Amino acid sequence: MGLLSELWRGLKVTGSTMLKTIGGSGLVTTEYPKEMRHKPQRFHGRHVLNRYPDGMEKCIGCQLCAGACPADCIYVRGKENDPESPVSPGERYGYVYEINMLRCIFCGLCVEACPTEAITMTHLFEMSTTNRQDAIYTRKELLMDESGKVPHMFPDDELADLDELNTADGWLRATAPSGVAAYEGVQMWQGTPGAASWDPEPSQEERDRASEGDDG
Amino acid sequence: MTWAEFWIIILRVVLTFGLLLVLTIVNVWLERKVVADMQSRIGPNRAGPYGILQTVADGLKLFFKESVTPRKVELGMYVLAPFLAVVPAFLIFMMVPWGAPFMIGDQEVALQGADLNVGLLFILAMSSMAVYAVVLAGWSSGSKYPLIGGVRATAQAISYEAAMGLAMVAVVMFSATQGDGGTLSLAEIVERQSGTWGDIIPAFEPVARFIPRWNIFPQIVAFLIFLIAIVAETNRAPFDLVEAEQELVGGFHTEYSGMRFAMFFLAEYVNIFSMSAIAATLFLGGWNGPTFEGSVPAIISGILPTVYFLLKTYAIVFLFFWIRATLPRLRYDQLMSLGWKRLIPGALGWLILSTFVIAFRQFGVPWG
Repeated sequence: MGLLSELWRGLKVTGSTMLKTIGGSGLVTTEYPKEMRHKPQRFHGRHVLNRYPDGMEKCIGCQLCAGACPADCIYVRGKENDPESPVSPGERYGYVYEINMLRCIFCGLCVEACPTEAITMTHLFEMSTTNRQDAIYTRKELLMDESGKVPHMFPDDELADLDELNTADGWLRATAPSGVAAYEGVQMWQGTPGAASWDPEPSQEERDRASEGDDG
Repeated sequence: MTWAEFWIIILRVVLTFGLLLVLTIVNVWLERKVVADMQSRIGPNRAGPYGILQTVADGLKLFFKESVTPRKVELGMYVLAPFLAVVPAFLIFMMVPWGAPFMIGDQEVALQGADLNVGLLFILAMSSMAVYAVVLAGWSSGSKYPLIGGVRATAQAISYEAAMGLAMVAVVMFSATQGDGGTLSLAEIVERQSGTWGDIIPAFEPVARFIPRWNIFPQIVAFLIFLIAIVAETNRAPFDLVEAEQELVGGFHTEYSGMRFAMFFLAEYVNIFSMSAIAATLFLGGWNGPTFEGSVPAIISGILPTVYFLLKTYAIVFLFFWIRATLPRLRYDQLMSLGWKRLIPGALGWLILSTFVIAFRQFGVPWG
């Protein structure tokens, strides 16, 4: 009767899993649009183009992001600022700024390359379109408005979570701009009206403690 | 035949058919839900409360899909095969009594499609017919994977039907000792399982009167063999070599689409339910159970037998789902060796043993 006892062993595994699932624990999938998974703070989502607190654009049209992009999905053309009414504090500004989201691999190298912190990433990840053309995000979609609000492609969609655009902006540097790895407790970027303001980064131990029991 | 009798026959058939259709729709959903729970998933939850209308949505979708006919098929057989699968599947359930008889006026209505005096033989015949559907579908598709599936179905059906039949014979023989002569009518077999063992074995009365007089207790080995055989007979995991998605795409129904595929799908789930119902009828006492007649309203004691029947059947249906979620598919040689080297000798041995026991109880031991 080895056959039956082995069968019983297998049945016990599935049966106890079933009881666990019905009991509410042990469910590994979620009802996705209704119930969102926790996203880690440094999640790489859709890009956003930032402004200074006075409303000036940060992008200076230098094309370093386009150069750093391994997927070749960023296209930038700079234009001389009009001295009377400059768009950015520098000589030039990003006159054309396009990201092809179908090619983008969300590596964040553009964010690291940017000398003025003009491009950062948000938590928004639902970017499906029914049209290839719509997947190319231009200045109009990427640039935040003067009050610091980030445009959403489908703001009226019932599933649109506008908070995603306001979280984790600017958390994406792997190392400090100075190149020093031990940057805990130091506020790295300041004076940005990016989508969010943030406190200095906690140390690794604090973060480990904070994320305990957290599935992200 | 009077008009009243005629209408009662129509009523019986329509009731049985309707019950089967509704429960099949529920069963497809139930299986997906149960298997999802066993795999830590949520399962269908979009259509209707708890996704219970998912099967209806799938059925509607398949109904409006094109039934693609590949160029190389043998058209007649190809079109006929889905019907050959569905019709026997429904006919099998017609034999199963699913509730206590009740009275309309002076007419008795048995809750059973038809009470044939050769009911069990009819069931065996029909379940063999269902194999033709698979074999013919596989052969007429004119494609290699369905053909392999069809050939597998042939061998599998031959090996497991023998074990199933032998297990049934043991029950029928035992059932013959429980009443007046042998019977193959399912209504009669259910009738003979009413009451408790206390009425039969007075020696153990204090204990035995709490044990229902179901065939499973004296015939436990036959029950296990029958259970394994019906899983194989309905081509369910772990005996689903006929379909075997990973090796044979979809097996015999690879080339079927739209409503023709839906019919195979329907037949599979109807078969699961009818086979479980037959197992419940033969071994678990069918609709027998305490009805508390007199102490509860008549309507409740009239419905309780159907509830008992469904509970017993669903216990076995659940076992089908449970096993499917647990066991990987058998290899082909394992399937054959389980069938021929274990189940058939086991069933034969059990048959001989129970023959001797029955004979000794009937006629006394030869050395006594």
